[in-house]
Amino acid sequence: MSNSREQQMLEELTQQMLDEAKVQGATAAEAASSIESGYSTSVRMGEIDTIEHHKDNGMGISVYFGKRKGSASTSDFSAASVKEAVRAACDIARYTEEDEYAGLADPENLATEFPDLELEHSWSVGVEESVELAKECEQAALEYDERIINSEGGSVSSHHSVRVYGNSNGFLAGYRSSQHSISCSVVAQESSSNSSDGMQRDYWYSAARDPEALANAEDVGRIAAERTVNRLGSRKGKTQRSPIIFAAPIAGTLIRHLLSAVSGGALYRKASFLLDSLGEQLFPDFINISEKPHLHRGVASASFDSDGVATVEKDIISGGVLSSYLLNSYAARRLNMESSGNGGGARNVRVNSSKSADSKLSLKDMLQDMDRGFLVTELMGQGVNGITGDYSRGAAGFWVDGGEIVYPIDELTIAGNLKDMFKQIVSVGTDVDCRGNIQSGSILLESMSLAS
Amino acid sequence: MSKIKLATTQLLEPGSIDEDVINRAISRMMSSGMDYADLYFQQSHHEFWSLEDGVVKDGSYDIDSGVGVRAVHGEKSGFAYSDDISVNALLQAADSARVISRSGSTGKVYVPVKSSQPKLSGAHELYASINPLLTVAADEKVALLRDLDRWARAIDPKVSQVIASVAGAYETILIAASDGTFAADVRPLVRVNVSVIVEHNGRRENGSCGFGGRSDFSLLLDQDKAKQSAEEAVRQALVNLEAEDAPAGTMEVVLGNGWPGVLLHEAVGHGLEGDFNRKKTSAFSGRIGENVASSLCTVVDNGTLEGRRGSLNIDDEGTPTENTTLIENGVLKGYMQDKSNAHLMGVESTGNGRRESYAHLPLPRMTNTYMLPGESDPQEIIESVKNGIYAVNFGGGQVDITSGKFVFSANEAYLIENGKVKQPLRGVTLIGNGPEVMSKITMVGNDLELDRGVGVCGKEGQSVPVGVGQPTLKVRELTVGGTEV
Repeated sequence: MSNSREQQMLEELTQQMLDEAKVQGATAAEAASSIESGYSTSVRMGEIDTIEHHKDNGMGISVYFGKRKGSASTSDFSAASVKEAVRAACDIARYTEEDEYAGLADPENLATEFPDLELEHSWSVGVEESVELAKECEQAALEYDERIINSEGGSVSSHHSVRVYGNSNGFLAGYRSSQHSISCSVVAQESSSNSSDGMQRDYWYSAARDPEALANAEDVGRIAAERTVNRLGSRKGKTQRSPIIFAAPIAGTLIRHLLSAVSGGALYRKASFLLDSLGEQLFPDFINISEKPHLHRGVASASFDSDGVATVEKDIISGGVLSSYLLNSYAARRLNMESSGNGGGARNVRVNSSKSADSKLSLKDMLQDMDRGFLVTELMGQGVNGITGDYSRGAAGFWVDGGEIVYPIDELTIAGNLKDMFKQIVSVGTDVDCRGNIQSGSILLESMSLAS
Repeated sequence: MSKIKLATTQLLEPGSIDEDVINRAISRMMSSGMDYADLYFQQSHHEFWSLEDGVVKDGSYDIDSGVGVRAVHGEKSGFAYSDDISVNALLQAADSARVISRSGSTGKVYVPVKSSQPKLSGAHELYASINPLLTVAADEKVALLRDLDRWARAIDPKVSQVIASVAGAYETILIAASDGTFAADVRPLVRVNVSVIVEHNGRRENGSCGFGGRSDFSLLLDQDKAKQSAEEAVRQALVNLEAEDAPAGTMEVVLGNGWPGVLLHEAVGHGLEGDFNRKKTSAFSGRIGENVASSLCTVVDNGTLEGRRGSLNIDDEGTPTENTTLIENGVLKGYMQDKSNAHLMGVESTGNGRRESYAHLPLPRMTNTYMLPGESDPQEIIESVKNGIYAVNFGGGQVDITSGKFVFSANEAYLIENGKVKQPLRGVTLIGNGPEVMSKITMVGNDLELDRGVGVCGKEGQSVPVGVGQPTLKVRELTVGGTEV
């Protein structure tokens, strides 16, 4: 079935669910459906490892009987199954209790414009060619250095999805998108080592909506190999306070903690270290963090959120000040505010520095500026408390002295409190990692506690 | 009704799939030169209720079903699945799965092993073949949530928010494979969770607790146990209100019994899964027979415990689960295997082939992983520490199986000074190297306890329920990621 036919089919299905909910007595309803399909292939040591064909169907419905709500979902699109799912949701709603904030988005906030955001691009590479591409990628990694002794493999994947959302206030819209990727992970060991001592592993990937924007497969392999070899001879590090740089590929994780702390669910539950901080100076005044949900080909672009509300371009942090919470319709009603079109989170977040010195700042410059400290390239574990902002995570990276990398470190924790860490940002590099939903250059912080 | 009969009725009959169709699908793959092929039929029902602000405001019911088809040739696996359990979908998936071998038909004729002789000897009966979703009426589940809310708030006025949930799952699976496996299982799974936020003098903290297992919902209606969960969640949160900044650096660490067994899950468990060892990418690769822990340590993975969250009658490849000794008195004894990795390494499957669903490939995974008890009295262990920390409760952990580095985050910990437990500490991450830390275990308590039955393990994007456990342990030195340098 062509993708536009699939979208039409899902729109009909979603409407059927809404109609069925009405027949079964619901006073309001919302429904979503999706089809995701594609393949992923992986090779290991030059041979096919796995070839997987994916196709996932899903549809879900929430019904409201006044202020009571019930939900159900199924993977089966048959008419009988639609009826059964709606009945299950209605059964649930007989037992849930009245929640005065429950309900659909306010009709006046619903999206009315659905521009083509160019999110779907097909890739002519089929399964067989993708195997070859994965081989090239892994081969480049294996050949990069003789200390690359083993591999977790090279992989290629290509997926398309169609999503539709509708509600009983007459909203019904969908969009199609694609996501393609090439990745590689290899293992290195010093030739003098015996058995499994001192092995190190790292990976790299490229991902994009448009295959044209993907990195060259061989480059992906080479970067994976370079990152892995650079970790050989890792030491433990020393317990001390020290300045720290979060390298661009992981700098976004700091901002992710910010985004969850200012999201509606955390705020109305009072489970956030940033309660009542709208209008407060959370970051130095040169830090701006924006959300651009309508970026063409953007990894998280969409013209409406998970409630059907129009998404809007805005600053989340402006001049270091928190200028917007991230609210869906429910949380907005709880907080007596308006939805910010952030049902499902923030979309295409970018960290910018307005400091003139940062406009040409490379990672190399940042190492010079830091002079002596820790460059983090990998974070491990979940040691972040969203209620207090306490932060303690495992880290790996490089010790820097005299502005130069001197040796790798792989057994160290870094600790602090996010509120302090946000304020202590010294600079943001221009080495922006554009692969994820949160895009940032490397971030230099004044100081954190290191333990080893 | 037998499990096979029940699964056949539920999974195969609606799509007119019979033994002949199953053999045709497997033959298609085997005749193109495969070493092994299997079909995994699954239907799952999930029910979930949640309470917040004293109101049971959300509930959901989810149904998923489908069939996963796998073809294995040497180290290669081809995989396809369909959420439509029909003859056409099944045969199409078999065609997609066999693309890993492009040699076309080898002319090899596959003779189906008679399914009238299923390999079921030794299969367990660790839980009843019940649908937990039907055993207790919805209003009782709702009432349980209200009780949890009421109990938690009654303990202390500092409790400002209670979020409670109950979840139940009912899964029916049927596996047919080219090696003659024709097996079925019916798996109930339930869990309750309470998490609270406490507030005092402008400071807020949280605590949470839950329990569950492979049973029906009546397990959750045990008033004493449910009440204990609410009390435990509040207790943890109140302790954390008093917590002070933790020290940073290497020190003696005492780990409490039960859930802190997540240490073993990360420090040794993942590194002993068959796939990493076949590929030789684990820090434990090629080390069978070597000392990888102190001689006080004996660690097992046991899928055969009655009613436990990580237990299974058979794994997702139809192999009965086992009680596998991984480390015995410090010596590495064996890995956890699924069929394909076991075959490639020339050993037998240990019944650890697990998958999140029909839409995922099976991998070697843990079931219930724990350390057997030692001889020390837990009090004695604490008293033996001059300066260190006592970590009682943990959040999650993570491991890099290649370097052996692992972390796990304590969310309830105390300072120990001169053998006495002192003030609580703010949440800290502990970091170490698996084999190294295991060799520094200098005391093992006599108080083995398993966790309460809420664990979830993630690997390659697949989540499965697991159990962990251990007695109280002392590690001679472990890095504590505090802020006080």
